[in-house]
Amino acid sequence: MLSRTADHLFWMNRYTERAENTARLLDVNYQTSLLPQSEAVAQAGWQGLLSISELLPAYKEKHDVIRAKEVMDFMVKDERNPSSIVSCLSAARENARAVRGTLTTEVWETQNQTWLEVKRMIKQGDFEADPSQFFEWVKFRSHLSRGVTVGTMLMDEALHFMRLGTFLERADNTARLVDVKFHAVESDFYGTANGKDLEYDFYHWSAILRSVSGFEVYRKVYRDVIRPERVAELLILRPDMPRSLHASLNEVVGNLRMVANDQSSETQRRAGKLRAELQYGRIDEILATGLHAYLTQFLDRVNDLGAHISRDFLVPVPA
Amino acid sequence: MMQKFDEMYTQLPYEFFTHGAKIRDHYRIYDEWLARQPGNMMAKRREEAEMIFRRVGITFAVYGEKDEEGAGTERLIPFDLIPRIIPAHEWRDMEHGLEQRVTALNRFLHDIYHDQEILKAGLIPREQIEQNAQFRPQMMGVDLPNNVYSQISGIDIVRAPDAKGNGEYYVLEDNLRVPSGVSYMLEDRKMMMRLFPDLFSAHRVAPIAHYPDLLLETLRQSSPATTAEPTVVVLTPGMYNSAYFEHAFLAQQMGIELVEGQDLFVKDNFCYMRTTRGPQRVDVIYRRVDDDFLDPNVFRPASTLGCAGLLDVYKAGHINICNGVGTGVADDKSIYPYVPKMIEFYLGEKPILNNVPTYMCRNKDELSYVIANMKDLVVKEVHGAGGYGMLVGPAATKAEVEDFKKAVLANPSGYIAQPTLSLSSCPTFVESGIAPRHIDLRPYVLSGKTVQMVPGGLTRVALKEGSLVVNSSQGGGTKDTWILEDEASPVQAAQSQTQS
Repeated sequence: MLSRTADHLFWMNRYTERAENTARLLDVNYQTSLLPQSEAVAQAGWQGLLSISELLPAYKEKHDVIRAKEVMDFMVKDERNPSSIVSCLSAARENARAVRGTLTTEVWETQNQTWLEVKRMIKQGDFEADPSQFFEWVKFRSHLSRGVTVGTMLMDEALHFMRLGTFLERADNTARLVDVKFHAVESDFYGTANGKDLEYDFYHWSAILRSVSGFEVYRKVYRDVIRPERVAELLILRPDMPRSLHASLNEVVGNLRMVANDQSSETQRRAGKLRAELQYGRIDEILATGLHAYLTQFLDRVNDLGAHISRDFLVPVPA
Repeated sequence: MMQKFDEMYTQLPYEFFTHGAKIRDHYRIYDEWLARQPGNMMAKRREEAEMIFRRVGITFAVYGEKDEEGAGTERLIPFDLIPRIIPAHEWRDMEHGLEQRVTALNRFLHDIYHDQEILKAGLIPREQIEQNAQFRPQMMGVDLPNNVYSQISGIDIVRAPDAKGNGEYYVLEDNLRVPSGVSYMLEDRKMMMRLFPDLFSAHRVAPIAHYPDLLLETLRQSSPATTAEPTVVVLTPGMYNSAYFEHAFLAQQMGIELVEGQDLFVKDNFCYMRTTRGPQRVDVIYRRVDDDFLDPNVFRPASTLGCAGLLDVYKAGHINICNGVGTGVADDKSIYPYVPKMIEFYLGEKPILNNVPTYMCRNKDELSYVIANMKDLVVKEVHGAGGYGMLVGPAATKAEVEDFKKAVLANPSGYIAQPTLSLSSCPTFVESGIAPRHIDLRPYVLSGKTVQMVPGGLTRVALKEGSLVVNSSQGGGTKDTWILEDEASPVQAAQSQTQS
């Protein structure tokens, strides 16, 4: 298939996935902000969210203070913020429109409908009226988009590039989510036994789990009270947790294998190596080096993989 | 008072009679059906249609317009619910006429770029070809597969009353560069079948859904002889082009790649596209990009819409470009008046389809007639398209007429003029209810090894009352076009064999 077509498909799914994860991230912050907490803690939460998305400078250009309403507006509906939910859904749709001939009618109509509806909802003030409901809607449009894709697309290259986009983005986003929430606790996280009271811990960690639809999963897997080490393990190392780094890398490696060409062996090696480290890694080792440090290098390597995929198959990212 | 011709009713205006009266035969069943519908049905169906079009994303971009957020606007093409019906015998004549005309136009193009017999015979003044901006000297002596230049021709046909008030078809213009609109023809039919399935069981409407198949066949037949399994692609200027929907639609329907200039490159005098598995050779390009943008080495150097070196590959016979480079010299409005002569010259036949009588301002006596009678004429710039650069005399203000006179006098050979035809009207569902609106018809004629077309074409309708301009860029809409296979006689009763 055309490299440019593959590029549009890859980015269409990356943007859809990013919109979903931004909604998840905002929702968990919004939910946590409803808990009794000090102004400083709340502000730290929102600031962490911006910095982990690498958007703090862009935000500060427009707003003097970090407050829930401004941050949410910036991340949801600011069209000049390329990572806002509206921008992501619009970019996904623009990419879809560029290759609509490659998509099934259902996939195209799903993307187009999402874009038409999000514009309408923002205009009507649906987001302000009920943020959680709005985030829920974004998540479900993403579920729908993935389901329609898997349910209707021919299982050829086009599908593999779309899936590649979804899971590379998910690996990136889950890593950021874990990082920002553990970051909120300490400057870096090496394991528990700091002085925070248990009750705070419970709400904090369960909020993270809920943001990746992992609360029930946690209980089922560990049959234990919520412990941060185990939360980290679930989201990083468990291959059966669909939003974990390990599960995402499994999909990346698998889809990469399906589209392999003459020049892609180095890209596959790097993806395989990253996956192997997750497969054979242990949470205590990761925590010993510091979670933040670990996740930072993970994000770098995911970014590097993206650049290699572009170079080997797609429209190369200008250096 | 000018004669008027309506496709459905034998008398105008509509308000003076009730259903069943003054109906042309081929509209009788439709009229009876319409009479049975509850009052708000049409309005509801129209809402439904708009919703579906928007969801499906059947839109065209409007040049230069921005919405409140600064994004380019996408507009729905207005679709009218009332079909334009043509009886089979009328279509049969038109079909023969179209085949004849397009064949002659292709012969003309081949002649112009080879021996120029028609110029030697003195039928067309040489300078009208050689000084024409659409004439491409680079094409002299280049041989093309099947000797065909215009594989896809859109011939605009209007109907106007003759002296007796009967409807007569006229060719208004030929479109041999990149005629658009065929996707609307196909989508309009799909929409009609979705909204009004019962109408289709009561009429024998000739199907048109096989158009993409015919198109693909034509394009494959147009491949240079270098391969048995040609790779055909559609070349689009990109998603911000007003007809992007159509480009994507046709590529999808034919199951071929939709490429942009940046996807193509030339190596060793062959053209390739960049794919995820490396370069792949391209044999036929169905281009939806004008000549000027095709190859920056030869035409506009700044263009990024085409591919550098493409013209050399084309001239070497290693690729075919459809439509060919330089077809514009045959659909230019200054050449149009000569088409009937071409038909006689190349085919030795009498033209089946009429031309509209045309005054060429380049001729002195015709110029003075045009200047004296401009308020009654339609004056057109010979290179204009899309309804731009024209004056409809009877609808123009005095000042507009005077301005146009100056423009014509300054450059007489840049203009032609035609009598204001009273274009036929067709009942159309507008805000005020059902009212007559002017229409035209664009059949799409495909020329590969043979000439083929689907029955009918795209009917465009001027939605503004009294307007004669049907272009979508000027507020025109579209209608489904029905060629009735059997003169409006009801479809045979249900089959005798039924499941018990």
